[in-house]
Amino acid sequence: MDITSILYPVLSIGGMGVVFGAFLGFAAIKFKVETDPKVPLVRECLPGANCGGCGYAGCDALADAIVKGEAPVNACPVGGAAVAEKVGAVMGVSAGSSEKMVAFVKCNGNCEAAKSKYEYFGINDCVMEANLAGGNKLCSYGCLGDGNCVRACNFDAIHIVNGIAVVDKEKCVACGACTKACPKSLIELIPYSAKVAVQCNSNDMPKVSKDNCSNACMGCQLCARNCPEKAVTVTKFLAKVDYSKCTACGTCTEKCPTKAIKHIS
Amino acid sequence: MRLIAIIVTAIFINNYVMSQFLGICPFLGVSKKVETAAGMGVAVIFVMALASAASWLAYNFILVPLGLEYLYNIAFILIIASLVQFVEMFIKKSSPSLYQALGVFLPLITTNCAVLGVAVSNMQAGYNFIEAVVNGVGGAAGFAMAIILFAGIRERIARNKILPAVSGFPIALISAGLMSIAFLGFSGISLM
Repeated sequence: MDITSILYPVLSIGGMGVVFGAFLGFAAIKFKVETDPKVPLVRECLPGANCGGCGYAGCDALADAIVKGEAPVNACPVGGAAVAEKVGAVMGVSAGSSEKMVAFVKCNGNCEAAKSKYEYFGINDCVMEANLAGGNKLCSYGCLGDGNCVRACNFDAIHIVNGIAVVDKEKCVACGACTKACPKSLIELIPYSAKVAVQCNSNDMPKVSKDNCSNACMGCQLCARNCPEKAVTVTKFLAKVDYSKCTACGTCTEKCPTKAIKHIS
Repeated sequence: MRLIAIIVTAIFINNYVMSQFLGICPFLGVSKKVETAAGMGVAVIFVMALASAASWLAYNFILVPLGLEYLYNIAFILIIASLVQFVEMFIKKSSPSLYQALGVFLPLITTNCAVLGVAVSNMQAGYNFIEAVVNGVGGAAGFAMAIILFAGIRERIARNKILPAVSGFPIALISAGLMSIAFLGFSGISLM
C-alpha cells in the first residue's frame, strides 16, 4: 500500500482545516465588534423572556441600551424593582423606584350584560371581527372576546371569561403585549395597588350605552361628585380614576348605578 | 438557455424542500411568520451562492487533482461551516441591522442540509463554475419560495380552530405534505 493514499487525504483535509481556521481566526480579529463588558452582566439580570415590554427588540437589545445610557436601569417593566436594583448594582447607579403595574381590561360587557348586533361565525380573531361592522356587540367600544390578547400574552396572565378578557393580576408582568394586540385599545396598565377601576370604555351617549350594555358607564357624574378626594373625573360620558389621588375609600363604587366603577381585588 | 433551464429546474422541478426533502429542519422551524421566513430565505440564498462557488473551487482544484473525490462530504461540510461562520462575522461588523434581522438564522444555516445538497448535486451533475453558482442561487430561491409560501399557510392555520389532536406540528406536517403533492405536478418535466 502506497503511503500517499493516506498522506494526501490527511494533508489536504487537514490543510483546508488549518487554512479555514486561520482565516476565521484572522476574520474574528479583523471584524471584531467592540462590546462593553457590562452588557452580558446586565443581560444576566434581566428576565430573558424577550417580551418586548420595554419597547426594545428583546432583553439583549435592552441590555445594550441600558449600558449605552439610552434606557434607565428600571426600564424592564417585567422585572420591576428587584431587577432594577440588580441592574443598578452592575451599572453603579441607584435604581430609584418603579411602581409595579398590571394590565386591566376596561370592559365588563359579558355575555349577560352586553347585547349583540349579529351572530358572528367568522375567524376567531378580534381584528377580523372588528372589521365586520365593529364587531358583534351593539357597543362599538367593548371587548369582542376572540382572545387576541390571550394569544399575545407570553405569561398566561389573560383569559377569556364569560365572553370578555380578564387579567390575572398575579401573573401579569405589565409587558404591554396585550395592550398592543387589542384592536379596541381596551387594555391599559394601572398600578398593582389600585383598588377601584372603571370597567368600561364607552364614549356613547348615556341612553345609548345603557341600552347597549347593562354594565356600561353612562357618565352620570355621581362618582365624580361624591368622591371626597376629587380623584374621579368624567369626560365624554366616561369616568376615569386618577390613581395618584385615589384613596380607595369606595364611595364611587357604592354610588355607581350600573356598577361600572368597581372594586378590583 | 442552459442557465435558465438550470434555474427553473432548481426552483420548481427539483425544489430542495418539496421534491428532494432537504432542509426540512429550518423549513419547519422558522416558518411561523412570513417575515422571519423571508429573512431565512434571503440568508439561505446568500450562503448557498457562496457555498456552491467555494465547494466547486475546492472540489475541482483540490480534490480532483489529488484523486480524493471520495472525501467530498467532509470537505464540503468543512467549507460550509467555516463559510457560515465568516458570513456571520462579516455581517455583524458591516451591517448590524441586517445582523439583527438574520441573527438567529445565520448559525442555523450550517445545519441546513440543502446547502450541502446543492454542493453535492453540483458535483454529481458536473456543472461548470457559472452553472454551479446559478444552480445554488436557483435552489436557494426555491427554498425561499417554499418557506415563504409555507409560512403564509401557517399564519392562516394559526388563526383558525384546529382539531386539538393535530394542532401544532402535526397540522404543519400535513400541510407541508399537501404542498409537496402540489409540487409533484412539476415532476417529469425535463428541460435539459
